[in-house]
Amino acid sequence: MPDTMGDAPREDLPQAGATTVRETSTNETTQEQTDTAVRLVDAKGVRHPDPELDRWLTDVDAGTDEADATLLRLYSDMVTARRLDTEATALQRQGELALWPPLLGQEAAQVGSARAMRGDDFVFSSYREHAVALVRGVTPAQLTPVWRGVTASGWDPYTVGMATPQVIIGAQTLHAVGYGLGVLADAERDPGSVGDDGTAAVVTYFGDGAISQGDVSEALVFAATWSVPVIFFCQNNQWAISEPVRLQSPVALADRAAGFGMPGVQVDGNDVLAVLAVTRAALHRARTGGGPTLIEAVTYRMGPHTTADDPTRYRDAEEVASWADRDPIERFGAWLRTRGTLDDEAERRVREEADAVAAELRAGCIATEDPPALQVFENVYATPHAALDAERDTYAAYLATLVADAADAGTHGGAR
Amino acid sequence: MTQTLTLAKALNAGLRRAMADDPTVMLLGEDIGRLGGVYRVTDGLQEQFGPRRVVDTPLAESGILGTAVGLAYRGYRPVVEIQFDGFVYVAFDQIVSQLAKMHKRTEGAVTLPVTIRIPVAGGIGAAEHHSESPEAYFAHTAGLRVVSVANPQDAATVLRQAIACDDPVVFFEPKRRYHLKGEVDPDVDLTLAEPMDAARVVAPGDDVTLVTFGSLVGTALDAAVAASDEGISVEVIDLRSLSPIDHARVEASVRRTGRLVVVHEGPRHVGLGAEIAATITERCFEFLEAAPVRVTGHDVPYPPARLESHQVPDLDRILDGVDRVLGRVAVPAGSTTGSTTGSTTGVGA
Ligand SMILES: Cc1ncc(C[n+]2csc(CCOP(=O)(O)OP(=O)(O)O)c2C)c(N)n1
Ligand SMILES: [Mg+2]
Repeated sequence: MPDTMGDAPREDLPQAGATTVRETSTNETTQEQTDTAVRLVDAKGVRHPDPELDRWLTDVDAGTDEADATLLRLYSDMVTARRLDTEATALQRQGELALWPPLLGQEAAQVGSARAMRGDDFVFSSYREHAVALVRGVTPAQLTPVWRGVTASGWDPYTVGMATPQVIIGAQTLHAVGYGLGVLADAERDPGSVGDDGTAAVVTYFGDGAISQGDVSEALVFAATWSVPVIFFCQNNQWAISEPVRLQSPVALADRAAGFGMPGVQVDGNDVLAVLAVTRAALHRARTGGGPTLIEAVTYRMGPHTTADDPTRYRDAEEVASWADRDPIERFGAWLRTRGTLDDEAERRVREEADAVAAELRAGCIATEDPPALQVFENVYATPHAALDAERDTYAAYLATLVADAADAGTHGGAR
Repeated sequence: MTQTLTLAKALNAGLRRAMADDPTVMLLGEDIGRLGGVYRVTDGLQEQFGPRRVVDTPLAESGILGTAVGLAYRGYRPVVEIQFDGFVYVAFDQIVSQLAKMHKRTEGAVTLPVTIRIPVAGGIGAAEHHSESPEAYFAHTAGLRVVSVANPQDAATVLRQAIACDDPVVFFEPKRRYHLKGEVDPDVDLTLAEPMDAARVVAPGDDVTLVTFGSLVGTALDAAVAASDEGISVEVIDLRSLSPIDHARVEASVRRTGRLVVVHEGPRHVGLGAEIAATITERCFEFLEAAPVRVTGHDVPYPPARLESHQVPDLDRILDGVDRVLGRVAVPAGSTTGSTTGSTTGVGA
């Protein structure tokens, strides 16, 4: 496929707020924007103060036991997510899952943003947000059924405050806007229900490829127009299957926000602390009538698009290696060690906990039985539907003849 | 209380009643607020219920439908107005992949009671994209209910039923009948009303069963009168619901008449007529005196205004269909075996 954007330079792309694109002629394929994105903990694990963002981190900077516990929680969330991701990939290789879209490399973007939310907030995600789901309270065993092929969902959205995976690229961003409009309507109908810290908010996750979808643009328009409390959280992991982000946009994705009339923030998506701070700030603005924000979390998809993908066909090992140097877990761990929050003992406990979650995922996955055949007819409609009931009964009668045939033939097969 | 209302005013009255009954009912669409919609169906509603409940949206249909999905997710009951039939396609994914499938996708955890109002069909001399009959696309989609009203009373009642229904409903409004007048009680007790998915015999007859819906019900009734002048008794059925289809009602009629004519404006190929003819043939083949006949729009893009009279079945083409199912006209040489009509030369009208 021709690359109509040419070989636009990654290093020279403007940051959020800039308006021009400079032309050079390098062969870089991905956006190396992390050198100027908002960052609090760098790739070496060094914490850099930031007066603007640090306001949102007073609780974790406090030096108290609770602060340490919160930081360790972020760390263990990321370690657990990665461990679980590895386990699921293995389950796919072993034939227990039909497919798995790995989140490897995106742990900080997902955990930092998800930990910024409140229980009454709501998430509309795509299909790769396993760490977000875990943080929201989805159990490990509820994560795999979709990918095993036994259901299209896996959990009840209302019990965890998160919609089930969306496969149509970008569609969920509009659902977030509608849900957020409902939040505003609720608040207007019952102003007493809104506390001092504002309304609930909605966070929608989508990718760098999704930014090109019409639905995403429409969602940005609608949200900005109505000042809906939605955070548009774009994980720019540099790739949409084999298409590099430069094919989607000649400018930084966060730059688009200005044209829609909302703030756009580009954050180092491999820095969990910066992601937490930026998301908290955006959520606060959303809750208190300030409207939507577009956050571009610059990160990298370290693994294949899904277990069915072969990324060696379209990207270089050097590129992957360069991102490995910016690993979100190693960097955060290094910082936690320098500040004395993490030691070998704590590390061991975190790893054990992660192993236990992975074991839970495996056990849950393997124990999942195929649903009964007639389930295909269930929940198509919420209200009675005589025609579909009749169709189901006809098929049930047909299936019964197979059982009878099999019994006659003394076999268990369904073939006649 | 009964009043004389046009079909458009009856829709307005139905919306007003639904909004008064349920504070979660919200209207979304383009130009539906201050303007009251290009056909004035939402006239005065924003004034009465406020801009939070009658919402002018940015001009993007996928955005409107996606927003409606999210609102319903949050517990609201959105009623969406698509300005014209030909503009619904840009929202196709949100309707077919999201709205229709969400209940199933979530194993029943999420219900999306969204109503999509679409002015439909031609005959008004309009520009391109303003005269289409896209019902088959939606009737083909599991998870949706599709209804089509033909008279003012149904406009009010079926719209209220659609809004009250926990499933997503595509609600077709025959735009060239917006000015059709009738006696309407907008407040009928829905618990006593005929179910939304029941077809209705609107003219009894014994010789031929004529099945249609929406814009063509009136034309079919005229055809029945014209046929009776020739001593042919035509039973006209207003299908009302296009998904599900009340095949039982049609079957009961055909078992008596032995002859079926299906009429619709939408193209013939894989249209509603094909489904009805096939189902009736399966269900009561031995009662059929003749192969079912379809009188439909041609398999062409909807023609420009000066040619649309050739696209929309009219009185003569319907009578021609009736004649053919009765074996009263010779099939012109070169035409397919009597199951279609390209002719506008009917008899008896
Ligand atoms: C409407 C639509 N078109 C195409 C696809 C096929 N597809 C699945 S994922 C994907 C790439 C998405 O890339 P991005 O938005 O960057 O998200 P990522 O996979 O990187 O998380 C494509 C093309 C789809 N699921 N939906
Ligand atoms: Mg991507």
